[in-house]
Amino acid sequence: MILVIAIGLCPTLAVSTSVYNGLGMGLAATFVFVFSNMLISSLRKIIPDNLRIPIFIIIIASLVTIIDYTLKAYLPPLSARLGVFVPLIVVNCGILGRAEAFAYKNPVNLSLMDGIGTGLGFTLILVIMGTIREILGQGVWMNIPGVFDGFKVFGSAFTESSVILFILPPGGFLTIALLMGLFNYRRKKNG
Amino acid sequence: MDNLFLIFLSSFLVNNVILMRFLGLCPFFGVSRRMETAASMGISVIFVMTLSTVVTWFLYNYVLVPLELVYLRTVVFILVIASLVQFLELFFKKQLPALYSALGIFLPLITTNCVILGVAFLNIDNKFNLISGIVFAVSAGLGFLLAIVLIGSIRERLENAPIPESLKGLPIAFVIAALMGLAFFGFAGFLGLSL
Repeated sequence: MILVIAIGLCPTLAVSTSVYNGLGMGLAATFVFVFSNMLISSLRKIIPDNLRIPIFIIIIASLVTIIDYTLKAYLPPLSARLGVFVPLIVVNCGILGRAEAFAYKNPVNLSLMDGIGTGLGFTLILVIMGTIREILGQGVWMNIPGVFDGFKVFGSAFTESSVILFILPPGGFLTIALLMGLFNYRRKKNG
Repeated sequence: MDNLFLIFLSSFLVNNVILMRFLGLCPFFGVSRRMETAASMGISVIFVMTLSTVVTWFLYNYVLVPLELVYLRTVVFILVIASLVQFLELFFKKQLPALYSALGIFLPLITTNCVILGVAFLNIDNKFNLISGIVFAVSAGLGFLLAIVLIGSIRERLENAPIPESLKGLPIAFVIAALMGLAFFGFAGFLGLSL
């Protein structure tokens, strides 16, 4: 889990303003994780060793293009809110890292599981961050614009004067700082 | 002229790439422990970002758009930036060894830095012309330099500060970034614009 926090920071902080955004980003990245792992692992006997990094990058970039255009076609509002961070999945060091460290050395079925696991771990972090920031910043949980207003966590008095800081960029830094602090604290306590 | 100044202020301070747009966080936290390395990283970023923005702008408008290959932009941009960085590294090594020894180790790191690719995309998405694009890239780079030098010097001073055990290292750096971000919000008012 901490591994996922330390890499792929930019999307984590930028899109975790609400659960819905976080979930969308997380699932888009999971798609890329799963398919890049599968493709690279099934091609691992053909890919020449010294050319592997450029080939990985091309595979990942093509998958990112697919997901980018799919989101634009079917979920245009979500795509607009995630903005430039969808094409930027391509430079998420986590994906290239898993390709290099795992998929290139392991058979397809294991790489598939690895992709699902890493992708869902990333999604989980985004959803946790989104939950904290959305509840504190807007007083609701799971708000999907135009579809569902979200669960009111606190009374309407809170919604009117919520801690706006948390949906603004500094709130993202603060949330992840405290989450990592909590994580460190627990790890030390448990030895 | 007016417009260029607005672009400059907006991407330098108001929409600072790091603190407001969350681009390039990995080097921001990774190499900001000492002020000097932070400054070298910042300068390399300005350099590569400006060049790559110009190159990708030409490629996009004169190759991808006429050939109707816009959907290939993610693939093309990342390859262009990766090869540009490699080329710059070789060029510095041969022609400017002094600069190479100062910036050398940071250049390869920049390839995986999302601020470069992000600014190239934003430049296209905002439909800037060449001049505005260059101003945008340079001022975004200056904003990166400013933020990374600031956090570098703050972290140097915090070295001996009594920080709670579990917040040492990265977490406290995030707290600093949050406070810097709040301070930068002060700039948002003085133009009343969002780009």
